[in-house]
Formats: sequence, structure tokens, C-alpha cells
Amino acid sequence: MRAFKILLITFLFFTVPLQINSAEKVELLKTDWSFKGPLGKFDRSSLQRGYQVYTEVCAACHSMKYLSYRNLMEKGGPEFSEAQAKSIAASFEVTDGPNADGEMFSRPARLSDKFPMPYPNEKAAQAANGGAYPPDMSVLAKARKGGVDYLYSVLLGYTEPPAGVTLDEGVYYNKFMYGNKIKMPKVLEDDLIEYGDGTLATEEQMAKDVVTFLMWSAEPHLEARHKMGFRAIIYLTILTILVYFSMKKIWSRVESEV
Amino acid sequence: MSDHNYTPKSKFGKWFNDRLPLLSLANHLTDYPTPKNLNYWWTFGGILTFCLITQIVTGLTLAMHYIAHADMAFDSVEHIMRDVNYGWLIRYIHSNGASMFFLAVYIHIFRSLFYGSYKAPREIIWILGIIIYLLMMAAAFMGYVLPWGQMSFWGATVITNLFSAIPLVGEGIVTWLWGGYSVDNPTLTRFFTLHYLIPFLILGLVVLHIWALHVPGNNNPVGIDIKKPSKDTVPFHPYIVIKDTFALLMFMIIFAFFVFYSPNVLGHADNYIEANPMVTPAHIVPEWYLLPFYAILRSVPDKLLGVIAMLSAILILAALPWLDTSKIRSAVFRPLYRQFYWILVLDVLVLGYVGAMPAEGLYLLIARVATAYYFAHFLIILPLLGFKEKTLPLPFSISDPVLGGSANLSMAKSDKKEG
Repeated sequence: MRAFKILLITFLFFTVPLQINSAEKVELLKTDWSFKGPLGKFDRSSLQRGYQVYTEVCAACHSMKYLSYRNLMEKGGPEFSEAQAKSIAASFEVTDGPNADGEMFSRPARLSDKFPMPYPNEKAAQAANGGAYPPDMSVLAKARKGGVDYLYSVLLGYTEPPAGVTLDEGVYYNKFMYGNKIKMPKVLEDDLIEYGDGTLATEEQMAKDVVTFLMWSAEPHLEARHKMGFRAIIYLTILTILVYFSMKKIWSRVESEV
Repeated sequence: MSDHNYTPKSKFGKWFNDRLPLLSLANHLTDYPTPKNLNYWWTFGGILTFCLITQIVTGLTLAMHYIAHADMAFDSVEHIMRDVNYGWLIRYIHSNGASMFFLAVYIHIFRSLFYGSYKAPREIIWILGIIIYLLMMAAAFMGYVLPWGQMSFWGATVITNLFSAIPLVGEGIVTWLWGGYSVDNPTLTRFFTLHYLIPFLILGLVVLHIWALHVPGNNNPVGIDIKKPSKDTVPFHPYIVIKDTFALLMFMIIFAFFVFYSPNVLGHADNYIEANPMVTPAHIVPEWYLLPFYAILRSVPDKLLGVIAMLSAILILAALPWLDTSKIRSAVFRPLYRQFYWILVLDVLVLGYVGAMPAEGLYLLIARVATAYYFAHFLIILPLLGFKEKTLPLPFSISDPVLGGSANLSMAKSDKKEG
């Protein structure tokens, strides 16, 4: 009876928060993310393609202010070679300075430079986007309820508005967006870009690749975390078993149950 | 402490101990007689000590990299997550550590409630515990503000605004707390300062909590006093040390699952959006461990009364040793109290659940019923139960838990009178 109650409480403890999360949720589109699960890793080529989608499509409006070009060659990320990362960086111009004459100047970006901002400031971004500010995408995958599934669904969730829903100029209908209205137009179309590795650039493929890239940018140490977690839990489990037997041995000296 | 006749063996040890009796203290801690029938619910004291030390160590390390400034706090947290060596690990241990700390403290509190550990002669231990719990809530709330995300900012706004419910001086107090006319940089810097201070206050109180515990000794699942010290108790070391270690390791495995595999599941996604005073989130929700009290706050229609209800819900616990009129400690021998205990557990879980839901319709109704029941449990049920309840006979001692026979029964009764 007591064990049953303990079980019931434990059950409630773990299910109540789950129910809180699942309430009022639209069923999001699912895809198999390689980085889920205790040993999940990023799909390296998907990350590289995702970077390509970001830089050719998203970067026109969305900043990624916490990323530097050096991140592109770091372990656990897209792992471009150093030469590739350098040449990617060099294809962008950044403002540096002031120089000895007190002038600001442009130069090609280096590995240590942050990704450039698409707009000089937030107001400019809003002015160019019908009043909506395209959010910075560095931690976006963690900043939305539903995470990667939500981002993936929104990218693929553009439909005609149902009868009775009227949309203002510059507002689009999206099945998965909170409130269903979004100021970002549908951007992904089949064959919008041409992947360097020859992968077919379908809408779903691009959405999956760019969301994988966003997950990495939000959690650049995810692989290290999974790997360390696996080791830590195995270590703790073995230690727990050893301590359990030591405990049994020590307590065998007193006539009492442990 | 009762270490009257301990003498260190070495000459230097004796010389030192005569001047500062640290060795006597160490001897007391290892030999401390502990009831041998303590179950695993008693291991959470050790687990909580581990939680506190973990929070202090990871917190100190984070403070070396964190910048308490409204324009830089969010960026500095991302800097920790990305560029500081193992910064992600330290931060995730710290943020999930707060949740694990509360999980452990709730188990610890509910263990006390079940086995009557708050009753004479342990009232001071209990009250110190309640103060620690209050300080923990303050530390956790201020800590949640530091990343300066949307929930940080709006949570701080909602909670500090509660003080405006105080008549006449309320508005002035809120301005004083904020250091301005809204939550802003001065609020952040003072919250950081206090968040840094409080854990050390808690540490001091924990020392007092343990000191007060070592005067009467531990309560135990049977809830009776130690009758035969040699047979009923075991020395703290190695018996309790090894058992606490085993329980702590199991706790650490659960902790590790959160840190390594779902570090953000207990947080709110909105806190990865930088604080923006111009945009209010759809639902402002506190962290899970504050939800029952949030539900109580919102279930009262009047703001001032709501604040009073919320504070009373915690402070009423301090009066518990006197509200519970039963002389029998352990619920094992209190068949009626046992039922009400589990109803209370359920009631608090329900409050936590509705606290996360919008305060409207059925949720609000449930919150009101659950709030009323919460207070009724302490103010009506417990005082009456002590007089009405027919308790079961207590065993003579921990080492003879066998019941039956009139001798034992009469012992149980006299035990009841002694308290």
C-alpha cells in the first residue's frame, strides 16, 4: 500500500509537468533528428548544408550575433576545415577601425570575427520588415516552446488561410506559428538553392538542414555534453553498485535492515 | 555537544584541542549516535548539504565570468555557454542544481511532516529549516533573474510588484526595491549581490540546523525516543556515512540525467530571449518549485490578501509544532493523520499544477478549493486530530519494534504523556 502511494506520487511528479507542456499544443511536424538521444550527434553534412541555407537565405534578415567564423571549424560543429572556414570568412566584409588616421575601414572577415549583422540596428530591421523584428537566430532553437520541432514545423507550415481569416498586407498564415499569423513570408521553395554536396534541395531537406544548424548554434557543445553525460552516468552507476555492497557489508554488523 | 571525555592521542593533538576543540568536534561528528532504523527518507539531509555546496562552487565559478549589467548579462551567459571552458557544464549544473535542491528540500520537508520530526524537542530545528527554505526561495528567485531573459525580467517585475499591495507605502517600497521606476540595471546589480550573499547565510543556518539536531539527536521512523542507546543507535560513521553516500549517488544519477540530457526541460523557453521591457510574454510562469505558492497568490481575488495568503502559506509551517496537538510523532502510529498527510501531498501537487495554468475558469476554482484545503489542514484538521485520533500502540524501543501485549500498550501511553 505504501509502496503504491510512493509510486503514485512519483508518477504524478513526472507526469504533471508533462501535461503542462502538452496542453494547448498543436501537433508539430516530426522528423528524425540525429542529435536526439543520449548518444545523439549532429549530422556533419547536414550542418554544413544548414550553414549554406542560413547564409544564402536566412542571413538576409536574421542575425546570428553569437557566432564567429572560427566556430564553423570547431569540434562538434559543421567542422569545416580551417582553410574552408577562412575562405568563408574572407567572403564577408566587416568594418574595422579606427586606423591610425582615425578612419573606419572595411576588410575581409577573419576567423575571429562575428557573423555580420544584416541591419545596422533594430529599428532599421523593423523598418525593412513591416514592423516585425526578425529575431536573432543564435539561440532560437532553445527560445521557442517545441524547440527544433517547432522551427521545422513553422518553416513548412505555410498554407492558405482558412475561410473567414483575413490577413493584412505583409502578414502570412502559418499553421504552427503562435496565433497563426507571421510576418515572415514563406521562403523555402524546392530547388531554392543548389547544395554544394549535390543533395536534392527539397523544402523538407532545407528545413531540416537549417534547423539542425540552428540547434548546433544554440547548443554548440551538445556532442561533448552527450558524450560526457554517458560516461558520467556509467561511472556513477558502477560506483553506486560498489557503494551498495560496501553498505551491505558494513550494515551486516548490526541486526537491522538497510 | 556532549563530548566530555574525548582526548586526542597525540601530544600535538591534545595541545591543539585544548586551545581549539576541532578534534573533539570531529570526534563528535563521527561517533554521533544515530537511530539504526532510519530509512532512505532520512538521507536527504546529506543530499541537501551536497546541493548547497554544489550551488556555491558552481556559482562562484559562474560569477567569475558573468557580468551583472542589463546590457551585458544575457551576452555574458551566452559567453559562458560557448567560450568558457566547460562553461555549459557549470551553468547547467547550477541551473538544474536549483531544481534538484528544491526537489530534495521538498522530500526533506514532507519526511518531517510524515514522521513528526517538527515536534518537541525539535521545534527549533524545524523553524531554522523553514527560514532556510524561505532564503532558498529568495536566492532561487533572484538567481533566475540574472540571465536577464524575458522570464527573468517579467518574473522580477511581477514578484517585486507584489510589494505594491502594502497599503500607503507599497509603491514607495517597490521603487526602493527596483532602484528606479522599473526593473532595470540597478535591480539586476542588487539581485546579483543578494544572490551571492544568501547562500552563505544559508550555509550559516545549516550549521545551526545541524547543531540544533545534534542536541536531541535524530527522530526516526518509529518516532519514539532512544531507550537503549547501545542497542538502538549506530555511530554516524561509518553506518550513516555509507548509507548517505549510496543515496547521494543515486540522486546524482538523476541529477546527471537532467544536466546532460535535458538541461532546459525545467526552464522556460522564453528565458532564451533577451529581456525586453516593451514585450510582455503571453504567460508569466515562475519556476516549478514556486508554483504551489503562485497558485495560492492568484486564487485570492484581492492583491493584498493574495500576498498575505501566499506568505501565510509558508509562515504557517513555522507554527506547525504547536498546531499539531498529537503527542505521537510518527504517522506510522496515526492511522487518520496518515490519510490526511497523503491528501495534503496531493493538494500541494494540485496547487503546483494549477499554478502553471492560466488563472481562469475551472483552474481558478480548483486553485481556490486547494488553497482552502491547504489552510484547513494546518488550522483545523491538525489541531482537532490530536484530540480525536485513536493512535496505535507504540513499541517499547527501536530495537523491540514487536507490538502486542498490555505491557507495551501501557508503555505507549506513558510515552505519550512524556511527549
